[in-house]
Amino acid sequence: MTVPVLEVDRLVVDVLVEGEPRTVLHEVSLSLGEGEALGLVGESGSGKSMTARAVARLLPPGARTSGTIRYGGHDVRTLKGGALRDYRGDVALVFQDPRAHVNPVRRIGDFMTEALRTLHGVDKHTAAKRAAAALADVGIADGERRLEQYPHELSGGLLQRVVIATMLLTEPKLLLADEPTTALDVTTQAEVMAILDELRQERGMALLFITHDLDLAGAVCDRTAVMYAGQIVETRESAKLHEDPLHPYTAALVTARPAVDRAVDRLAAIPGRSVSAFEAPDGCPFAPRCPHAVDACHQERPPAEYVDGGLVRCIRADELRGRLAEEVAFHD
Amino acid sequence: MTEEPVLRVTGLRREFGGVVAVDGVDFEIPRGGSLAIVGESGSGKSTVANMVVGLCAPTAGTITACGRDRSRPARSAKERRLRGREVQIVFQDPYASLDPRHCAEQTLDEVLRLHRADDGKQQRQARVAELGDLVGLDARQMRARPRALSGGQRQRIAIARALAAEPEVIILDESVAALDVLVQAQVLNLLADIRERTGVSYLLISHDLGVVRQITDETVVMRRGRIIERGPTADVLAHPRQPYTQVLRDSVPHAGWKPTRALRALTEGAQPS
Amino acid sequence: MTIAASVLDGVRTRRRRVAGNTVVVWVCAAIVGLALLLAVFGPALAPHDPDAADLTYANVGPVAGHPLGFDSQGRDLLSRLLAGARTSMAGPALVVVLAMAGGTVLAVVSAWAGRWIDATLSAVMDVLFAFPAVLLAVLAAAVFGPGLTAPTLVLALAYTPYVARVLRGAALRERAQPYIAACEVQGLSAFTICLRHLVPNIAPMMAAQGTLLFGYAMVDFAAISFMGLGVQPPTSDWGVMVSTGQPGVLQGYPAESLTAGLCIVVVVVAVNLLGERLSQRSEGR
Repeated sequence: MTVPVLEVDRLVVDVLVEGEPRTVLHEVSLSLGEGEALGLVGESGSGKSMTARAVARLLPPGARTSGTIRYGGHDVRTLKGGALRDYRGDVALVFQDPRAHVNPVRRIGDFMTEALRTLHGVDKHTAAKRAAAALADVGIADGERRLEQYPHELSGGLLQRVVIATMLLTEPKLLLADEPTTALDVTTQAEVMAILDELRQERGMALLFITHDLDLAGAVCDRTAVMYAGQIVETRESAKLHEDPLHPYTAALVTARPAVDRAVDRLAAIPGRSVSAFEAPDGCPFAPRCPHAVDACHQERPPAEYVDGGLVRCIRADELRGRLAEEVAFHD
Repeated sequence: MTEEPVLRVTGLRREFGGVVAVDGVDFEIPRGGSLAIVGESGSGKSTVANMVVGLCAPTAGTITACGRDRSRPARSAKERRLRGREVQIVFQDPYASLDPRHCAEQTLDEVLRLHRADDGKQQRQARVAELGDLVGLDARQMRARPRALSGGQRQRIAIARALAAEPEVIILDESVAALDVLVQAQVLNLLADIRERTGVSYLLISHDLGVVRQITDETVVMRRGRIIERGPTADVLAHPRQPYTQVLRDSVPHAGWKPTRALRALTEGAQPS
Repeated sequence: MTIAASVLDGVRTRRRRVAGNTVVVWVCAAIVGLALLLAVFGPALAPHDPDAADLTYANVGPVAGHPLGFDSQGRDLLSRLLAGARTSMAGPALVVVLAMAGGTVLAVVSAWAGRWIDATLSAVMDVLFAFPAVLLAVLAAAVFGPGLTAPTLVLALAYTPYVARVLRGAALRERAQPYIAACEVQGLSAFTICLRHLVPNIAPMMAAQGTLLFGYAMVDFAAISFMGLGVQPPTSDWGVMVSTGQPGVLQGYPAESLTAGLCIVVVVVAVNLLGERLSQRSEGR
């Protein structure tokens, strides 16, 4: 593998909830090579968004971190001044709700060219030209007209494409996309995902794609990391997650989803609810709900181990491999 | 000789300030049946739900539930209560669909007071406990304020509230869309159980074809206010006749799926025939 | 943004920061609590007859048994302040109760009915907004004669649209929540839904509005009394005391105006900070 663009090593994050520190991430490790796409999949409260916020240096005030987030040879956690500005220039963010991140009273053109003009000193005319070209790249043909419009005149899908085009203007090296299509219709989602995928491959951007949808992550990411209770329980080639999951939680995610092509008598719904890192019990946080848990699972946190080219935190990963594959095969 | 459908909608139309949101919508649900209205945002599917449940009046067309007309707003308190015993609804957002100041027991008790005025306090308490059991909430959860509960637990309360009046039809307006996948599976199983046990009918409003496939027998596909395709859910999803329905199905991520830009371009051209 | 707006914004931000401090909030709550106790028991606590004048003691400073000294007519200052607490706060309290009641009803009716009813009520509010509260109260006092009744009614009327406007927004937000729709679908009457669900859920906002209003009303009453149109001498009242103590200020005996003025300022600031805190909490909900 090439030198990683981003390398997160045993990241622990505590945030303040009503003045009390609470652990939201527990020893999260991941690496992302140039032009590589990594999916980060989990339910709400699993810590997937918090990971992205830690990488983007957007943690809430009072948050404490340990471990490292390495980018270009530096620990992102300690960047200051000019170095932090440079880093922010290299990293672009796309969020779930484009409307919350676009100033509603300014024209699309002003929003798109702001960074170019203020940070990169590009003149107004050139900036507008490049903005229109970027809009063309994301499949918006009449870019010049769009630049004159206001956000409320655009649909959610169109606005999300504007946000993506805007981010392209500064030619980022790392793209953090946090549920960028969750608020969109399925047909629009397919298009936006296609655009993100093409752009990443054409421009060699590294992509950290955060979603709750295992299938969606698999469609655009080489590898996918599955998060539960603030830790990554499994990192694996996306294609293999569906056929040969290593962690029982991953298998549960695969089988719980109702399929379009067939109805089942009962969905494989495991009992209980997903917990956050600070509520997690001793031992494996998934153990209380896990159909395969044994006594040892409740004793201590399973370390991350390599199995078949993937990383998994499950002490029974080796012996369960065949059975989990059967479970998901029965589902498919 | 076919039985009278539990819900019949004919020629339903709704305009908002000259813009037609719903146009010529017809469908019926047999007793104990389950029908999905599928569509994207702006298709008019939620407007149909709101008209059926009585939160918005149709511009034209008729809605008949349990053999009684409900096309016009209810005029009397008695009529409102009667309608409440025919059709209920479970909304999408579990965080906003419960009064933040009331626990599940209070919420259910209020409904029971309204619909079972003859019951004494003990009978109501028994019924509240029964409803709690039915949706799988324990005594502690039944007494907790909504803010102390998870999305899935709140949605169970909303389902119990809808069941409290023993309606014939429950509208599920994207009721599982906001839930995480494991919770969603639990709630979908619960909904299937409830239908089996009580014989209630479902009208599911959804954009999620997997959910539609799992809990409905029949499907209508809406686009721009009109129904463009209808049939048994299995058929509609396996062999869509309309190009739009096909695009809708092919846009659902699944194992081995690759997103393409072409799909959407196809929907732009795919006018309903 | 205009300069005035940005200055106001700055004041608001600063006030918010102060109101966010827990110690400050507790101190304010204590002051308000004390003020309420004084309003109830103040007259009974007065060590001397607040109206007993003895000109030989006119403007005499603190002596034993009279810790604040005497006013220009030789009446015990502390007794007058204590006795005045009730009159100074009863008027504003009544204004708050009346304006809150009227404003809440208008807001809920507006938000619930919508359409032309809402449009009409909003238009009426806009007209009422154009009348300055204090001037109206002065006018009323001039027409109906001095006393507390006319200014109370007029101020309540003048504040109602403010309350109604703020609460209408809150009621509209609540009205749009699905839990309200669920009540409608059950068949509950609009009146029941508003009483049992809508109003309780805007209650935090109402409490915040009520406290803020109380501060404003106290200042307005003080102004009216200061002009000699509210409470009539010899009844003791903080606003009246500020006014009657005025010649003393010029002659070098500022005690009467100063102590009464201080009472007003302390209570108003405490109440306002508390109100600000309450409204922060109701927004954060």
